[in-house]
Amino acid sequence: MKQFISFVKKEFFHIFRDRRTMLILLGMPIVQIILFGFAITTEVKNTQIAIFDLSKDISTQRITEQLQASEYFTVTEVLNNPDDIDRVFKEGKVNLVVVFGENFSDNLLHTGEASVQLITDATDPNQASMLSGYATSIVTSYQQELMQEYKVPFQIIPEIRMLYNPQLKSAYNFVPGVMGLILMLICAMMTSIAIVREKELGTMEVLLASPIKPIYIILAKMVPYFTLSFVNLSTILLLSVFVLQVPVAGSLFWLTIVSILFIMVALALGLLVSTIVDTQVAAMLVSGMGFMMPVMLLSGMIFPIESMPAVLQWFSDIIPAKWYVSSVRKLMIEGVDVVFVLKEMIILLVMAIFLIVISLKKFKTRLT
Amino acid sequence: MIKFLIEKEFKQILRNRFLPKLIMVWPVMMMLVMPWAANQEIKDISLSIVDNDHSSYSERLVNKITSSGYFILTDVSASNNKALESIESGKADIILEIQPEFERNLIRDGIANVMISANAVNGVKGGLSSSYMTAILSDFGNEIRGEWTKTSAKTILPVINIVPQNKFNPHLDYKVFMVPALMVMLLTLLGGFLPALNIVGEKEAGTIEQMNVTPVNKFTFILAKLIPYWIIGVFVLTVCFLLSAFVYGLTPSGSLLTIGLFAGVYTLVVSGLGLVISNYSNTTQQAMFVMFFFLIILILMSGMFTPINSMPEWAKIITRANPLRYFIEVMRMVFLKGSALADMTKHMVVLIGFALFFNIWAVISYKKTN
Repeated sequence: MKQFISFVKKEFFHIFRDRRTMLILLGMPIVQIILFGFAITTEVKNTQIAIFDLSKDISTQRITEQLQASEYFTVTEVLNNPDDIDRVFKEGKVNLVVVFGENFSDNLLHTGEASVQLITDATDPNQASMLSGYATSIVTSYQQELMQEYKVPFQIIPEIRMLYNPQLKSAYNFVPGVMGLILMLICAMMTSIAIVREKELGTMEVLLASPIKPIYIILAKMVPYFTLSFVNLSTILLLSVFVLQVPVAGSLFWLTIVSILFIMVALALGLLVSTIVDTQVAAMLVSGMGFMMPVMLLSGMIFPIESMPAVLQWFSDIIPAKWYVSSVRKLMIEGVDVVFVLKEMIILLVMAIFLIVISLKKFKTRLT
Repeated sequence: MIKFLIEKEFKQILRNRFLPKLIMVWPVMMMLVMPWAANQEIKDISLSIVDNDHSSYSERLVNKITSSGYFILTDVSASNNKALESIESGKADIILEIQPEFERNLIRDGIANVMISANAVNGVKGGLSSSYMTAILSDFGNEIRGEWTKTSAKTILPVINIVPQNKFNPHLDYKVFMVPALMVMLLTLLGGFLPALNIVGEKEAGTIEQMNVTPVNKFTFILAKLIPYWIIGVFVLTVCFLLSAFVYGLTPSGSLLTIGLFAGVYTLVVSGLGLVISNYSNTTQQAMFVMFFFLIILILMSGMFTPINSMPEWAKIITRANPLRYFIEVMRMVFLKGSALADMTKHMVVLIGFALFFNIWAVISYKKTN
């Protein structure tokens, strides 16, 4: 046991002595949380729009006022010429152009039909849909203002409730993903690089020649990264709760248990990679491209899995991060009972056992 | 002199077991997989219905919703509480609760209430799904009104006809948005990472000492390292263009020459950044981590996945220092809107500035003597 502890101490020293890497390992979650929490958002705010008004009458002016007053839009250009529409888009100055037809008020009140064109820059389709949707609701609410005077029957009024995230903050969706990414990064990538470095530098021979069993060497390597990931996990949770105001709606205990399961899967993955590659660069590239990219893209962290084609949805089932992110979303954001995450937990457990068994088998205790 | 150095660099790259395969395979894989995955489109929303009225109107409404194409009916519950369980288990994304006496209220009072509960963990999904639902509801209201008022005298109702038009991407295809951005990302990753590994690798292996004792000056040395990666960047970009044209049918509306020009300058920018980082690192691991760290921040803050417009002021200011932001804007503008070089002079100037800045820094920070 004393042998084991001294090995663990040695591993900790290795990490602490590399200041730059350690700084990044501890600092990255903080930076990511701040970025994701504040900067990376799909919400629509103060989007620049232009108005092309052929009527310039009381209705169009009222609608324009409403658009300007809303927090979603800022009217930055008033156009006088249809050619300008193309121009402002090409120059990237606005994302939406609102076009009012001629004799707007007249048509509206006397023939009952006036038209508004909402031309969006659909380069970003989701933004375009949202801009169009918000503009439509502002125009419709003006229409309802008028309709009040006419008492229109047959209106279905919906009461809308946004569950779990009433303010539609993007942070709620991203934080679980960041947790998965950081844990995967530290446990899989760092562990694999640490083990491979010893192989590459030749110090592995020295370790294997010592009286300690090889299995303990590996475990000793994993302990510091396990600890580091815990530190990072707590940092992320603290930042999310206090800085981003994303609450932990469910049980902290189960959240920790699920995280431990995921850490084990990631550590086993790191170990597996280290048995396959020979150089640090290769380890980095394999874990970087093989783990980071799929995790970022296919785990549901940024892009919803339901929107992907079936093939990719099946593929994402193999990615452990997907199950982790989904269970964290349910536990932390939705605050559901642990009953609903049992499926994810069992899958993670099976993956962990499977990977640990394979990587232990592949780990060569002799260098040939 | 420099010709020999460049020849040496190419030989080293080709002799490396890993690198050539990486350069060939990875862009292809990314271009083929990512646009399908990187889709923020909201469709096939799982719907749970709680119908407490069971009238002909409520059934018509449900039919209308399920045949709209946006929603898939996955759950029918007797009460709102039961329906909430379907959201907790992930079976449903949105609940529509129709109150008892729905039909009667509509006919007698002219107004009926319904309740929509949307799972808003993904704010975009929650927002869009409830707005689709609301649109269908108001459409239904118009339908019923049309049936009833046909028999009575035609009253003039002020109806504003809203005509949405989606420019540059009429089908709202998310791929059109992602593919140009992906090319930028690929160019950044390959053009930034590889040079960074290069110098540090030589430092670790010790071969840099041998370079230092030669009469090659710093400028020539750095230039010789840049050029091969620049050429690789051009190669990768061409592959990407071919893929995007043949697989996705996406060709730039604007001029290829404009893109080529910007890409050339941009590759210099990222390679310069990579070289600077590798000059300050002692081990490959350090270089990779620092590069990785910077790249993640640069990629996220570049407007690739989420719009710069939505960022808070301080974040917008930071993005001005981000070369990726300019290049992504350029790519999207040229690809989709057919913008010309004249529309983007500011971007060109900024990118040239960055290229000079990073590369001069790389030359200065490279120390021949320790």
